[in-house]
Parts: sequence; structure tokens; C-alpha cells
Amino acid sequence: MKYKFEGYEIEVRDNELLLNLGPQHPSTHGLCRLVVKLEGEKVKEIIPIIGYLHRGVEKICENRTYLQIIPITDRMDYLSAMNNNFAYVTAVEELLGVKVPERAEYLRVIAAELNRIASHLLFIATFGMDIGSFSAFMYGFRDREMILDLLEEMSGARMLYSYMRIGGVKRDVKKEFFDRCIKVLDKLEERLKDYERFFLENELFINRTKGIGILKPEDAIKLGVTGPNLRASGVKYDIRRVDPYSVYESIDFEVITDSGCDSYARFMVRFKEIKESIKIVRQAIKQIPEGDIMARVPKVIRPPEGEVYSRVESPRGELGVYIYSDGKSDKPYRIKFRVPSFANLSAFPHFNKGLLLADLIVSFASIDIVLGDIDR
Amino acid sequence: MTLMEILILIILPVLILIFLSLDVLFLTWLERKVIARIQLRYGPNRTGPFGILQPLADALKLIQKEDIIPRDADRTIFNLAPIVSFVAAALPFMFVPFSEYFQLALIDNAIIFLLATSALSAIGILLAAWGSNSKYPLLGGMRAIAQVLSYEIPLVLAILSVIILVGSFSLIDIVKYQEENIWLIFLQPLGFLIFFISGLAEASRVPFDLPESESELVAGFHTEYSGMKFALLLFAEYIHLILISMLMTLLYLGGWDIPGLYYLESVAKSIGYTLGLSEKLSIGLLHFLILIIKVHIVIFLILWITRGTLFRIRVYSLPVLSWKGLIPLAMLNVIITSILAGGLG
Repeated sequence: MKYKFEGYEIEVRDNELLLNLGPQHPSTHGLCRLVVKLEGEKVKEIIPIIGYLHRGVEKICENRTYLQIIPITDRMDYLSAMNNNFAYVTAVEELLGVKVPERAEYLRVIAAELNRIASHLLFIATFGMDIGSFSAFMYGFRDREMILDLLEEMSGARMLYSYMRIGGVKRDVKKEFFDRCIKVLDKLEERLKDYERFFLENELFINRTKGIGILKPEDAIKLGVTGPNLRASGVKYDIRRVDPYSVYESIDFEVITDSGCDSYARFMVRFKEIKESIKIVRQAIKQIPEGDIMARVPKVIRPPEGEVYSRVESPRGELGVYIYSDGKSDKPYRIKFRVPSFANLSAFPHFNKGLLLADLIVSFASIDIVLGDIDR
Repeated sequence: MTLMEILILIILPVLILIFLSLDVLFLTWLERKVIARIQLRYGPNRTGPFGILQPLADALKLIQKEDIIPRDADRTIFNLAPIVSFVAAALPFMFVPFSEYFQLALIDNAIIFLLATSALSAIGILLAAWGSNSKYPLLGGMRAIAQVLSYEIPLVLAILSVIILVGSFSLIDIVKYQEENIWLIFLQPLGFLIFFISGLAEASRVPFDLPESESELVAGFHTEYSGMKFALLLFAEYIHLILISMLMTLLYLGGWDIPGLYYLESVAKSIGYTLGLSEKLSIGLLHFLILIIKVHIVIFLILWITRGTLFRIRVYSLPVLSWKGLIPLAMLNVIITSILAGGLG
């Protein structure tokens, strides 16, 4: 029998089953729809269908001034809004040729790394839930809450921060903030030991994730996979090191890689990255100088004609922003976001055929996509 | 048969059913409360003290709900499945002794009938899965059948060792043996472990909740059910949990035996005397009370240890664990027990 949907045509034989996972399904992480062809429980074909969260962000941006675009970037990858802000403002600054004060750069790095910790904690939480432990979900959310409190203190918002401005950041933090920050990080490090006991010393967890969804390094590079997913395939590629931006050059941290290539490795890389991010925040707090938090930027931002592509390492991978300015308008002529989740999801069907349905869910959870990021 | 005897024959099963239903309501509350505490939540706390009336409210809600039958469902099978499930879950309690003097169907090889009737629950699941004529229930049903088939065998083998050791098919005799000697968990530690694991799988509890794993199969074979039919399926599942815990208590944890039972019995006798109850009835009630408390401790441990801390097991390793791990171990256990029992006897 032949099925036609969304421009796909798929042949299903008598012993096969076409199963529609989503868009309303407990483990599709937002509104992704996976159409899978099953033989028994074995997955033979996967077709991801996206677009349920499409808002036309790039087109909206063409009708907004450069400053008005910042809140829109928040709403793309809503779990790492700081990193979206970061990518966008660095791109505009490059276009304008603005030099950002060092204190602002450090504040940005602190914010971005805290946001990365929060995002990875959420990953751990949802990953645990997809494997069948609701407890893990609650623990992950509890610890994310501490980080969110810090970010709230910095920016005034818990999720959609709009903290960064072209030329600096919205506001400075109080002196006591850094003490509180260190206290939270100490606590988090304690909690991470609990996670190690809960996840990594759990035979069932290892059994569920080891060898599931193997993404070979050469395939990962070919398919454009970036971020922790790529590093879990053993490729040492991190924008913070490969193409350093902001003050990452003066900060000492390790690029975590894992040669496992499977779901377990992807979990491990994120788990260890939390520790690295804690290290980065600690260093940034130590090194942060006094001074201004905003560069001198004209009130109406009207960049000269030209184009720019700037990228940052978001918790999900390489987040690039392309802007073309026609030089006359205070609105960008064209803006394009290169989002990591999209590339990661496109690669997903290529390395998961032949898994069982339950394992497919684990592998799907392990690539950690955000649909707001994909559909834009 | 006198009219009185016929009345008793009708009343006693009804009493057991009422007890089971009330216990299921209590268990749903207990489970939600225990899990909530482990997961840093409060659990139900609005209806009644500590939210104890929440299950009643839920049951009322389910009764009120519209009874939806999917268009493509096989109506007869779809409607039959919850009833079959419920009956199959409740039937084994005919052969469970609630005290030394009370077992509904007092036959010599009660345990065989008990296992046979409890195995019927697979049919209920299969009917639900097939009758829904939907994809998620079908997959859930397939998993459930594979699971039940795999884990029935080690379960029976573990019980077989107990039977060999005690030399009787009667659960009352098994408890009496434990009263006279020692609880069988100390004589059969391996058997207990096998029984515990396969019992969890039988009752589809975490980590063996594959038939209804919500992260991939939404709700497994429940998916298409609503209202009272859903409630019946849920009841069947909890009754299964009670049955497994009760068997575990009777076979390995001494049933109604606790240290100092003799003194308690004499106290119960004197209280019963003042209330005008017969000796058997007062002791029977005491046994029942002890048994129920023990069963709930076991259920609490199951909730605490597994539901709170464990992940779901891999589909692939589910039959592997049974066929390559538990069954050989259980057979070994049977052989060792036979040799030892032969040597002792």
C-alpha cells in the first residue's frame, strides 16, 4: 500500500506498520513529527516532519530595527536565549565595527555559560524521562532552577532574557552577585555527584544507552552535525576554540570529546560540559575587570553596506547569523540563522535505521533538539 | 445446603472484591504520594486530609466520563477486554488464604489454580490490544505478551522450589511450615530474588513497564480506553500488583507469621471472647490484619526501590534477561533445593 503525505510517498508492505510519532507525542520534544516505518518493533525508515512551530522569524526580522530583533532571537532556541542574543549581537557589532568593553564581554560569557549549564541540565532531565525515570526529570528541573534564578538576577527574565545589547549588555550586576554565583556553582558541583550515582552507576541506564544510535565521525562531519553531538563522535570541534569570539581566548577550558559515538557518549559529553562551564564561569568571575558595560553606539543603528557571518557555540552546536545590510535602512535587508538543531535533526534519520522503537526514542532524545530553533 | 450457606457463599466473594477495590483506591493514593515525595513534589493534597480522598474523586470522574469506542475498533472484543482483565486479575484471590482458616476455594493444589487463573490476564491484555484496532495498543500488547510469556516460567520455577521444600501445594501449609521452621526467604534467597524480579515483570512495574511505556507507546494497550473501561483496566493492574505482593508475603515472608504471634493470638482470642466472636474468627482476623500490613510494606518497597530510582529496561534485553538469566538460575535453584530437601527428608 502506498501512503502520501507532506510531499513524501512511502510504500508499506503487509508486514510493516507506518507509525506516526507526533506532533502530539510524549517524547517528541516540542512539536516534531516523526513518521516511522516499522517491521515488528524494528525501525526501517524515519521521516522527520517539521514546521509546526514556524513563525517566520527571519522574515519578521526584515521589518524590525536592529535593536528590535534581539527579543525575537530569544524566541528561537528558547532554552539558550543568551547564546542566541550573543550570536546576533556579535554579528551586528562586526558589521558596525564596534569594540565592546571588556567587562561587558565577561558578563556575556558568564551569562552564556550559565545558560549552557541550564540547557544541559534540562537535557539530562528530559533524557531521564524518556528512558523512564520521572525522578530524573524532577531533579534536573530543580537544579536548573538555581541557574535560572541567577540569570533572572542578571537580566530580569527567567527564560527569554534579551540581556545583550549591540555594544554591550543591558545592565551591570551587583557585587554580591558573584558570591551568590559561586555559591550556586559549589552546590551544583555537589549535585552533579548525585547525578553520577543516579545515571552513570546505573546498570539499566548504561544498558539503555550504550551502542544506541551510532554516529560515525566522518558521517557526522558530512551531515553537518555540530556541537556536543559532533564532539561525542570524537571530533574536537568547538567554535569557542576553533574560531574564538568574545574573551574565550583568555579563558582556559577543555573541549570535551568522547569516542563512543553513541547515545551514552552524547550524554557524557553534555554531562562533562556542565563541569567545564562551571570552570569557565569561575575563571570569568575571577578575571572580570571594572569598567563600562556599553560601548558608544549610535542611537539609530544603521550599519554600512555589507554582509557578515558570525557564529557562536550554542549548547546545541554552531549557531551562525548571516546579515546583509543595504547601508541605507535601519533594518537588515536579509537575515539568516544557521541553527544547530536543524542540521542535527536532518542527520537523525541517517544513523538510526534498524533500531528498535524504544531505542529510537533514546537516540532521538540524545541529539537534544529544540523545535523552536528548527522551525523559527 | 441451607440458605445460610448459600448466602455466605455469595457474601464472602463480594467482601473480597470490596476489599480489593478499596485497597486499589488506597494504593493509587499511596503510589502517587510516595513517588511525589521521592521526586520533590507534594502529590495529591487537596481532597481530604493528605489528599486521601483523591482516588475517590478520580473514580467519580472516570465514572462520569463519556464511554468512547473508536470507530474502527472491534466492538465486542473492545468491550469484553476490560471485563476479562478485571475478572482474570480478581479470580486468583479465590485460592489465596487470608488467614489460617479462611480460603475461598479450599482445594489441595490451590497454588496451581492460582497460577493458572493469574495467567489469564494476558488474554485480557491481548483482547484490549487487538480490539482497539490501533497502532500503539497493538505494539503495547505485543510487548505485554512477550513479557508475560517470558516471566511466567521463572516465576513458576521459583515457586516449584518452595513446593519441593515444603512438600505441599497448599499455601496454608507453606505458611504453617514457615511458622514452625523459618521464613523461606532465608532458605530460598535466590528463589526470592527470582520471584521478585519476575513478579515485577508480571505486574508490569518499573523497570518492566514496557507494555505501557509512556515515552514511546503513549499508554500502551490503554491508549484507546476511557471512562469506566479504563478504570477497570487500571484496577486489574493494581490487583495484579496486590496478588504478586501477597504471594511474595505468603511464600517467602512468612505470611501472617511474625515473631511473638502466639501471644498476639492469645490477646486476639481474649478480645474476641469479650466481643462474643468465635475463636477461629478472632484469630483469622488477626492473621488477616498482619498479612495486609506485610503486603503493604512489600508494595511500599516495590514503589520506593523501583519506581523512584530505576529506568525502564531495554526491550531487547527483556526476554534475554529471562531466558538466559532467570530461567537457568531458577532451574539451578530447583535442582539444589531438590538435593537438599532429599538429603534433609
